[in-house]
Amino acid sequence: MADNILEVRHLKKYFKTSRGMLHAVDDINFTLERKKTLGLVGESGCGKSTTGRAILRLLEPTSGEIIFEGKDLNKLSKTQMRHMRKDMQIIFQDPFSSLDPKKTVSQIIAEPIKENKIITDKLLREERVLELMETVGLAERYINTYPHELDGGRRQRIGIARALAMEPKLIVCDEPVSALDVSIQAQILNLLKDLQEKLGLTYIFITHDLSVVNHFSDDIAVMYLGQIVEKAPAEELFDNPIHPYTQALLSAIPIPELGHQRQRVALRGEITSPIEPPEECRFAKRCLMCNPEICKASVPVLMEVSPSHFVACPLKQKEMGLLK
Amino acid sequence: MAEEHDILNIEDLKVRFETEDGTVYAVNGVNLRLGYHKTLGLVGETGAGKTTTALAMLRLVPDPPGVVECKRLEIDGQDVRGMSITKLEQVRGKDISMIFQDPMTALNPVFTVGQQIAESIEIHEHLGKAEALEKAGDMLEMVGIPRARANEYPHQFSGGMKQRVVIAIALACNPKLLIADEPTTALDVTIQAQVLELMNELKEKYDTSMIMITHDLGIVAEVCDEVAVMYAGRIVEQGSLEEVFGKTMHPYTEGLFNSLPNIKNRTAKLKPIHGLMPDPTKLPEGCPFAPRCNYATEDCRKAVPELHRASGTHMVACSAYERDKNFMIDRRKR
Repeated sequence: MADNILEVRHLKKYFKTSRGMLHAVDDINFTLERKKTLGLVGESGCGKSTTGRAILRLLEPTSGEIIFEGKDLNKLSKTQMRHMRKDMQIIFQDPFSSLDPKKTVSQIIAEPIKENKIITDKLLREERVLELMETVGLAERYINTYPHELDGGRRQRIGIARALAMEPKLIVCDEPVSALDVSIQAQILNLLKDLQEKLGLTYIFITHDLSVVNHFSDDIAVMYLGQIVEKAPAEELFDNPIHPYTQALLSAIPIPELGHQRQRVALRGEITSPIEPPEECRFAKRCLMCNPEICKASVPVLMEVSPSHFVACPLKQKEMGLLK
Repeated sequence: MAEEHDILNIEDLKVRFETEDGTVYAVNGVNLRLGYHKTLGLVGETGAGKTTTALAMLRLVPDPPGVVECKRLEIDGQDVRGMSITKLEQVRGKDISMIFQDPMTALNPVFTVGQQIAESIEIHEHLGKAEALEKAGDMLEMVGIPRARANEYPHQFSGGMKQRVVIAIALACNPKLLIADEPTTALDVTIQAQVLELMNELKEKYDTSMIMITHDLGIVAEVCDEVAVMYAGRIVEQGSLEEVFGKTMHPYTEGLFNSLPNIKNRTAKLKPIHGLMPDPTKLPEGCPFAPRCNYATEDCRKAVPELHRASGTHMVACSAYERDKNFMIDRRKR
């Protein structure tokens, strides 16, 4: 049996707005094996970051179960959850706004260790900070600098060191390299990969960059307006995308190669509103293959079309004989 | 008269910013020529001087603190350096126009998009309000927005739509040279693909020359004929798309390619460029890339390499080629 560290069942996060309920995350299900990486991809507003935050209960989920190492996080009290968060950390997108500008590198990294009373002795704590700095490749001389004195790449390393301070098992990486230049981006991606191997970490890797997610993830879940529309092992997803949205998304990646001829899968129109969405396929309005009779009949569900490959497109499901 | 000049001809452009914390050397001797109907990709990372180079072409570098020096700066054969402000205002928006990176802030929130497109048409084509608005409607349709939406305000549009409006404004007076500064960076990939397709179409239709400023080599491959790679305020490699992508010469360009995840080989380990961009207030002596370069020798730290012609239109500024004509980087080995 697979050693699953996390299982998410029917996770929903709705926000109240003046025009009705905004369905940011709408019935998401997945399991994540220990020491693996799940990539969550999608365009802005698809609910990938909200999903990441709801899993850590940084945003209280509207409903659903989040089973982390056998415990349903949604049933834990605030104090219990605080303890639990030692095992689950997050790295944020923007290394410019996620670090306290009034604290030094040492104070930022030491904060979780101090707050959670992991190491109470000041000197020992500093030793641990130095050790963490070395792990993430930050030179010792930066220990007393402030975030504004450092570049984006080094700032992101601080964010990673802070997340590692608690010796977590799961890290949610929310667009960790999107704000960085390519040469620095590659440094950070390599670091995250090395740390995963060395420390046995499990990642949820949230990004809009498809070539990065392909490189980084074992499994990829493609989100569209709060729902997972396709999920498969990375290679399978890129070789054999089935959902029309995944196909469009993959075909839109500009490839830095000569003579690359892409067959772009065109989309039409603009995104459906996530506020009180209709009970139909949310991609229908942009999909050129849409057959209203089938696509607007009900909300599509994820079905396994081949081993480990799940698709929520009623048209394709029908084609494959999975849907009557 | 035959066109003897190019749409753009810059010689030895230097821009520095004199600030309290020291002088920032942003652009350090850029030479750039662009022929009519060509698209040049200006590539580089944050701080390479791409945007400053573009702003200097339009004489939009704020002074103070900016100091611009240039041996030649001609757009469509006109010397822009000594031009009066009145004349300059006729050139900007008419002969040369710019699309800025962030469509969210490039538009004025208190005017309708129709008014904003009509503004430059009124000024440059001396049309009345009604006629200009009429033409603004045409422009909207051309970028794929129904003309009925001309009366709406920017906040009523999505990011992709706003960028289309910005493109409509930039193209309203049919400029000869269009500078697009990271026009799709703020957009989602599917929307980016639509906007790039639109720009490609319009460029063809209006015979516009274009400078595409981007950090994304994928976008360059898709829309550009020529490429110039910038590092620390200098062009380090320049040539046709085929030359720069097919026969990469400069170690920095190689580093950029190696930093990108390869979509066809997902397990290949990334080879980042080690270290960081040099501080533009304290540029190192010699080649600015030498501290990060895998091939650097002592000689590299002595003198700044000049841009030399390697073959055809392919230029490279790397002293490894001056020492050994056959020095060649094979990035297919990765």
